[in-house]
Amino acid sequence: MKIIVNGEERFLETEILVTDYVKSLDLDPETVVVEVDGRIITRQDYQSTLLLDGAEVELIRFIGGGQDADDCR
Amino acid sequence: MLTIADKTFTSRLFVGTGKFSSSDIMRQALEASECEMVTVALRRVELDDPGDDIMQAIGGGKFFFLPNTAGARDAVEAVRLARLARAAGGGNWLKLEVTPDPRTLLPDPVETLKAAEELVQDGFVVLPYINADPVLALRLQEVGAAAVMPLGAPIGTNRGLLTRPLLEIIIEQMEVPVVVDAGIGTPSQAAAAMEMGADAVLVNTAIAVAGDPVAMAAAFGQAVIAGRRAYKAGLGAIACRAAASSPQTGLEFLR
Repeated sequence: MKIIVNGEERFLETEILVTDYVKSLDLDPETVVVEVDGRIITRQDYQSTLLLDGAEVELIRFIGGGQDADDCR
Repeated sequence: MLTIADKTFTSRLFVGTGKFSSSDIMRQALEASECEMVTVALRRVELDDPGDDIMQAIGGGKFFFLPNTAGARDAVEAVRLARLARAAGGGNWLKLEVTPDPRTLLPDPVETLKAAEELVQDGFVVLPYINADPVLALRLQEVGAAAVMPLGAPIGTNRGLLTRPLLEIIIEQMEVPVVVDAGIGTPSQAAAAMEMGADAVLVNTAIAVAGDPVAMAAAFGQAVIAGRRAYKAGLGAIACRAAASSPQTGLEFLR
């Protein structure tokens, strides 16, 4: 089956729980937020939400940021 | 002590976590600054190169995280980022940034007000990044913003308090705290903002791109404390003519 993760096609053998998929990417489920088909999956639901064929997934997390600017010098 | 919404902070320096050359330098700089509040942004995970997890570098409760909506170009995008930040464990505090033009990164006042209203109703503690516009600041206070964050100069420019006369009006009129954000390039500028009566300042670029970010962070920490002390102590009045500080009597032996 095929899912779209952060805009890229990914192929999986079978449906997989959100929590297992996040771990399979070496990411910490505690610090990643997951959107499936435009809907935020709350952390409590990671263990019960399956990624199905065709799912559009966004994996988002905090990065360093405060202000962004190009250096003009 | 600085109180915003239901939280109190000892440090009046907020530090942004962008642009540091490494997580390690960032962590050391944050510690050296003695700040408590740090801003973070939300982005897609790069699947092929996830890199360091900022929560692993500076998580653990030592710092209070203020997620921002940097990158949002309108209210709809900002609200979406806010909800993602909350779901990501970022709590319900939010630095609201709506910057449609990447060349100036100046905040859109109309979209900022719209988003602030919606997010306050949704239970967020909203700290909006705004131009130094006293009227907008009051409008945001009316819709429930917990503080306002007017800019001293465009983000990342290190040009200091170009908006000083308007910041003075904002500081004088607001009931909610005023955090001078953006453009502060030197510790002396941070101190100047605090001397004017700002409740806090936010600094990122000036620390992150310094030759020695850790030493610069400490300098900013001290400048903010000095500026606040000066404000509390009550600055002397500005005069047009000289006023002698040495006695003008007892000079007869010279004449």
